[in-house]
Amino acid sequence: MRHALVLGVVAAMAAAPWPHALAQTEDPVSAEFDKFREVLEKDNPAELWEVKGEQLWRTPGGPKKASLEKCDLGLGPGVVKGAYAQMPRYFADVDRVMDAEARIVHCMITLQGFTYAELAKAPFSSATRTPDPVSIVTYVAAQSAGMKFAAPQGHPKEKATYAAGKEIFFYRAGTFDFSCASCHGVDDKRIRTQPLPNFTKPEQAIRAVLGWPGYRMTGGVMHSLQWRLTDCFRQQRFPKPDYTSETLSALMTYVTVNANGQVYKGPGIKR
Amino acid sequence: MADPMKIRATLQGDVADVRVLMAHPMETGQRKQGDKLVPLHFIQTISAQLNGRTVFNADISQAISRNPVFAFKVKGAKAGDKISVTWTDNKGEKRSDETEVRAGS
Amino acid sequence: MQQTRRSVIKAGGALGLLAAFGTALLSPVRALAAWNKGAFEAKSTLDAMRALGVNNTEESKEIQIRAPDIAENGAVVPIDITSSIAGTSAILVFIEKNPFPYVGSFDVSQGAVPFVHLRVKMGETSPVRVVVTAGGKHYTSAKEVKVTIGGCGG
Repeated sequence: MRHALVLGVVAAMAAAPWPHALAQTEDPVSAEFDKFREVLEKDNPAELWEVKGEQLWRTPGGPKKASLEKCDLGLGPGVVKGAYAQMPRYFADVDRVMDAEARIVHCMITLQGFTYAELAKAPFSSATRTPDPVSIVTYVAAQSAGMKFAAPQGHPKEKATYAAGKEIFFYRAGTFDFSCASCHGVDDKRIRTQPLPNFTKPEQAIRAVLGWPGYRMTGGVMHSLQWRLTDCFRQQRFPKPDYTSETLSALMTYVTVNANGQVYKGPGIKR
Repeated sequence: MADPMKIRATLQGDVADVRVLMAHPMETGQRKQGDKLVPLHFIQTISAQLNGRTVFNADISQAISRNPVFAFKVKGAKAGDKISVTWTDNKGEKRSDETEVRAGS
Repeated sequence: MQQTRRSVIKAGGALGLLAAFGTALLSPVRALAAWNKGAFEAKSTLDAMRALGVNNTEESKEIQIRAPDIAENGAVVPIDITSSIAGTSAILVFIEKNPFPYVGSFDVSQGAVPFVHLRVKMGETSPVRVVVTAGGKHYTSAKEVKVTIGGCGG
């Protein structure tokens, strides 16, 4: 029934002349989605969280009543511009690679006095609540809009983390004998109407990181890559990874480095 | 308290292109949380003023998407003019925000 | 209908008078421009139109509705509406297959261009019907938007 509808639409659209260049490389349904994605991106509710995140970044908070303005995102204390596009990266003070949200959570703990337990208790957005780190990472990410991804690979731990991320990406396990690569390691797969990008190819890897953090139309909530990848583990029927764990930073390192050199467009809007 | 709106007003000739993002759950009264229905909660009216004079009004239903986005165009505007937008919801809650009209690029 | 009420007020010059008294007096005026409960609670487009005093409509090609042929997500369907009909005062929107079809009215009679961008929830594939009020007459046009089910959260 559903397939019949989609196929019907595809047939109807294929018959109509299509003015967009996209149509040559994409199926008509995806082309229609892309056309209106531009419209949706032009005014993106994600901006509401950018504003909130900036406030949270600048306003003293937590038990220590400190702001996050001394937080070092890799480019020096308080430097936000461009930081997101150059993460995940190695941080000597914790001797590990951290993605943006992991680093923000680290700063909320060390500078503001929050505990990991309270921040990790319910770290993802619901219809009625957006956790502060999600708003903050949205603000931080927005300050890298228009910049090229340049996740560093100079430090041995950054290289090791990329290798670990790659291994996790191809690791098959669970009741479905599934890996990330089962869906995202080959060309031209789709779930229902959605094409699935092949993250092992640089030109498609960008789609793993582009548009995150993203305003998700389903439910109307703001989500970060921490949520997206955690949900991939659920979809694979894997055990849930710990919030801001090295596992998640490693996977993010793998997909971001694969997308290095391509332009980040800022927080996006997702299905 | 309701979160602030984000309003952008950009000049195109003497018309201000006004784009508004609102933070509101726009509950339809049909969504379940657990086994309970979340009650209707939605913006009902929107009005916009150019330098204090009403130029645009809307009455809307719960079918407007969560975190509403609207755009409209106001005639006879110039750079530096004030555009303010106010919404009121079915619980009587209200929010007003203001921005300055910017020259178009 | 609310439009009629506005023209009456304008004709009587009451608006200018009220403006002179400032905002304190404006709220009762706003209250008069009541949100049309009957129309919003109507379960069919026809009943909603009746409640709004829209009894006769004329098909018009001068109403442009830009909406996707197929929506990526029925929770957020972007719609641009532009009317080229001279004297357009209001734009009314109905999603015919929604449980409550009347989505809203946009009054552009006081200094706005006859254009609006909105984003709506659509429960299923449906015509998006637009009624434009101009010079006391009602014009209409519709565009079908297909709503399908998507993939995961990417």
